[in-house]
Amino acid sequence: MTTTVEPRPLPRPLAAPAVQEKSRRPRRVARIALHLAVVALMLLWAIPTLGLLINSFRPQSEISSSGWWTALAPPYQFTMENYSEVMGQTGIGQAFLNSLFIAIPATIIPIVVAAFAAYAFSWMEFPGRDLLFVVVVGLLVVPLQTTLIPVLRAFADWGITGEFVAVWLAHAGYGLPFAVYLLRNFMGSLPKSLFESAAMDGANHVTAFFRVAMPLCVPAFAALAIFQFLFVWNDLLVALIYIGLANPDNLPLTATMANLVNSLGGGWYLLAAAAFLSMVVPLLIFFGLQRYFIRGIVGGAVKG
Amino acid sequence: MDSQLFTALQVVVGVPAALVGYIWLTERIVTLVPPKWQPRLRPWFWLGPAVALLGFFLVYPTIRTIIRSFQSKSPLRPEWVGLENYKWFFTNDGALAALFNNVLWVVLLGFFTVGLGLFIAILVDRVRYEAWAKSIIFLPLAISMVAAGVIWKFMYDFRPPGQPQTGTLNAAIAPFGLGPVAWLQSPSLHLSTFALIAIMIWMWTGFAMVIISAALKGIDPELLEAARLDGAGEWQVFRRVIFPLLAPTLAVVSTTMVITSLKTFDIVYTLTNGNYDTEVIANLMIKEMFTFGDFGRASAVAVVLLLAIVPVMAFNIRQFRAQEAVR
Repeated sequence: MTTTVEPRPLPRPLAAPAVQEKSRRPRRVARIALHLAVVALMLLWAIPTLGLLINSFRPQSEISSSGWWTALAPPYQFTMENYSEVMGQTGIGQAFLNSLFIAIPATIIPIVVAAFAAYAFSWMEFPGRDLLFVVVVGLLVVPLQTTLIPVLRAFADWGITGEFVAVWLAHAGYGLPFAVYLLRNFMGSLPKSLFESAAMDGANHVTAFFRVAMPLCVPAFAALAIFQFLFVWNDLLVALIYIGLANPDNLPLTATMANLVNSLGGGWYLLAAAAFLSMVVPLLIFFGLQRYFIRGIVGGAVKG
Repeated sequence: MDSQLFTALQVVVGVPAALVGYIWLTERIVTLVPPKWQPRLRPWFWLGPAVALLGFFLVYPTIRTIIRSFQSKSPLRPEWVGLENYKWFFTNDGALAALFNNVLWVVLLGFFTVGLGLFIAILVDRVRYEAWAKSIIFLPLAISMVAAGVIWKFMYDFRPPGQPQTGTLNAAIAPFGLGPVAWLQSPSLHLSTFALIAIMIWMWTGFAMVIISAALKGIDPELLEAARLDGAGEWQVFRRVIFPLLAPTLAVVSTTMVITSLKTFDIVYTLTNGNYDTEVIANLMIKEMFTFGDFGRASAVAVVLLLAIVPVMAFNIRQFRAQEAVR
């Protein structure tokens, strides 16, 4: 994003020193302080997750009687039984699959729909284009709470509450504003000359879309896909409302875990392992595709 | 499971294929029309699916909810009750407490994520292991808020005094003689709300940091160089050069955090369900919907949420228009 803000004028020292006497500055102390601060911050941020990871490998009796840090000293009492129990329990295994079944289509549908719309917004001239896009920008912030009741009623009338298709459609709708916004920004910044030469070669919009725009937009698609997938995978509210009551068997991992946390009864010691299992997919995606994920976020906020 | 897998595969392959077929088909239709009208007709075909989805899932329901908020509880035959539901909202202690909590969320979450994000972005810019540091701080954003809730449940765990503490926080303050605190069950001084906000700060600071860091690196180093050569101290460089240039980015991040605070649901639902004075608007709405079955009131709560967001929407649109003018 280019800005035209001029930095305000700086105070001029009365007598500018001929040579900067930086050796006087305690730079080494500053460097050490800097490193301490950064490392401290890193530790601070990592410790909560670390605690969970370690707890997930401890037997139930240990978790309820002592903190996770005690496991770092002998006697070491690590166990895999939490994980085997969690994966054995049909509830959570099924929930994991449900999350997958929900997230993948819910990622693909909005991207494809948004691609065509974004192209129209970028490279087609038509009356009402700018106004319509302003509406899209406005819709970016509409909270989905304001849509729950009428959509739930509509889904109930059609008999699809509790089914995956309900959340696929819902996530497609809710994810569209961001998808269209991101893709339009990206497509719009492609060089105009490419499309002009394609037009001169006799290509119509359909050809230009598939031959010119699509291949160049792959990074944007990647970023968007990651973003949308993670958003859907981590979603609780949409699944809870549109699937929740009608068909608990179709609930994704987030809802199952939330229920586990709320239930005061047994099984809470499995929480650590269950939570970590739910984090495996996002963490893998995060570590593997960090660049694209960050590019997606930054692309939505800072242009150019 | 097999049938689910089959359906999902059908969707994953079928929907893109259907859309491509749709575009191809509509292009044939468009070519049947006189050339002058083609560029006016074609865009609407391309926009069709998007407009339909947006209309059905965002525009139409919002309007319906606004209307519903003026109607009574009964789901089958709602009657018009005017501002009754809103009167309830603004006179009900629980609802007002939720509103106040949301204000706390907006102020604290916004201030700390942006402030910390800025601070960290500037710090890590100066170390070689910057990428590692940023990864670790950004990581919590990848996980679900429910998982974050579980993580911090262990951080905040409470055991009565005398027993060994299992919660990280309570164990950390014990050596200083500070008693174990029931972080998530303390309504006094809004402690539990602060505890929940802390979780979100842990999650979202990375978001602010990444965006601010990108903007920071976009600042022309010659500007900073010139400032330092003029004898400006680090603080002055920050105040006079860096901060003004970052202002638009900080605004964008802040508005995103405002919206996130207003929509907070998962963390509250999972950890406290609004008890111990942690209630927030989004959770209140779900309670009205499912626990009390009062769709009229739930709609009113949703509209209050929408009204709170409208200023942000207006700001975003204004920013967008300004950027478009420069484009």
